[in-house]
Amino acid sequence: MKSIPFTARNASQISCHSCHLLCRINFSKIGRSLVCPRCGSTLHQRKPNSLKRTWALVLAAIVLYIPANLLPVTIVISLGKAQADTIMSGVIYFISTGMWPIALIIFVASILVPMLKLVILTFLLITVQRKSAWRPKDRTRLYRITEAVGRWSMVDIYVVTILVALVNLGNLATIKAGPGAGFFAAVVVITIFAAMSFDPRLIWDAKETLDE
Amino acid sequence: MEALIACHECDLIHRVKPLPKKGVANCSRCGSVLYRHKPNSLERTLALSLAGLVLFVLANSFPFLALKMEAQVHQTNLITGIKVLYTQGMQALAILVLLTTILAPLAQLLGMLYVLLPLRHHRAPPKFAPIFRFVLSLQPWSMMEVFMLGILVSVVKLAKMAQIVPGIAIFSFFGLIVVLTAATVSLDPHEIWHRWEKLR
Repeated sequence: MKSIPFTARNASQISCHSCHLLCRINFSKIGRSLVCPRCGSTLHQRKPNSLKRTWALVLAAIVLYIPANLLPVTIVISLGKAQADTIMSGVIYFISTGMWPIALIIFVASILVPMLKLVILTFLLITVQRKSAWRPKDRTRLYRITEAVGRWSMVDIYVVTILVALVNLGNLATIKAGPGAGFFAAVVVITIFAAMSFDPRLIWDAKETLDE
Repeated sequence: MEALIACHECDLIHRVKPLPKKGVANCSRCGSVLYRHKPNSLERTLALSLAGLVLFVLANSFPFLALKMEAQVHQTNLITGIKVLYTQGMQALAILVLLTTILAPLAQLLGMLYVLLPLRHHRAPPKFAPIFRFVLSLQPWSMMEVFMLGILVSVVKLAKMAQIVPGIAIFSFFGLIVVLTAATVSLDPHEIWHRWEKLR
């Protein structure tokens, strides 16, 4: 017989997500929403509707990922000629002019990271739903990485912001933000929310129910 | 009760033990960081936030970058790009950039000062808990270091077609990123909650 792990849930306690105070569940107040006695935030044993919310956000991001990559993020207007660039054509431009490090930064931040984030979150959602006991420590680590790197995808949005500010010389040269930039920003923000709404403790809950 | 903490990633309960200097306590089951030893957390964070506020004002009031092209010089501020995006019909995008590069860092700095300054003098400011919670929740949305990478990429991209002239604000901005990151790292929320709790 395996011993039951000493988790907050098994000890009828809730760890406050905001100030990390360990709060005993007052069963006489069950039904009403529980509030952290120290910082006042609402207490949840697990993030509410974590799987449903994360699924909804991940699916929305997958749909938006398509126009984000197909539509132009910048439109360069120079001496009457207009040239539209997508994220990938920007990467190819940097490669063709020999600027490998910059091409790599944009490729990793704008294409690889959002895609990997969506793949990893989908993988975590499916394994949690199937109550998998497969390598919970490594899956938790995957989650941690996903949560940490998401913000760096914003780099392309900032590049667009700086380009439209600097290259604003009327007929000589003007850069405009394309519709792809809006979709791309939506993907980044939605995947950040998706990572936030996933509760990594669910990975361990599944393992515990199997052990019992 | 105070001596126990649950891992926020796997829910396992641990006893809180004093750490050696700069030590880190990891969860024994999933390996996530439970808490760290941060020397002089309150004083350091306070000093860095004050420095950050000065740099923030400089970064937002002086010229940021200028573009020189065929005798034309076009000067921009930190906020110029946001304004241009807004007029080009990308309002939501403009607001997102405003929020992540200007408003969130500013609110973070002001919030930390509001919370830490009275606490250092053993006073609890009104509405401490909701304001400190708000400051902590802003952290993922303050993305200045990502913006810095964006500057680097843009400058390299434009280097072939025009000359880019850095302004005073860009140096203040680099300083601000360093100071704000250091302030975030030196902040120990657990210690701040403890200190406040004792004053209540």
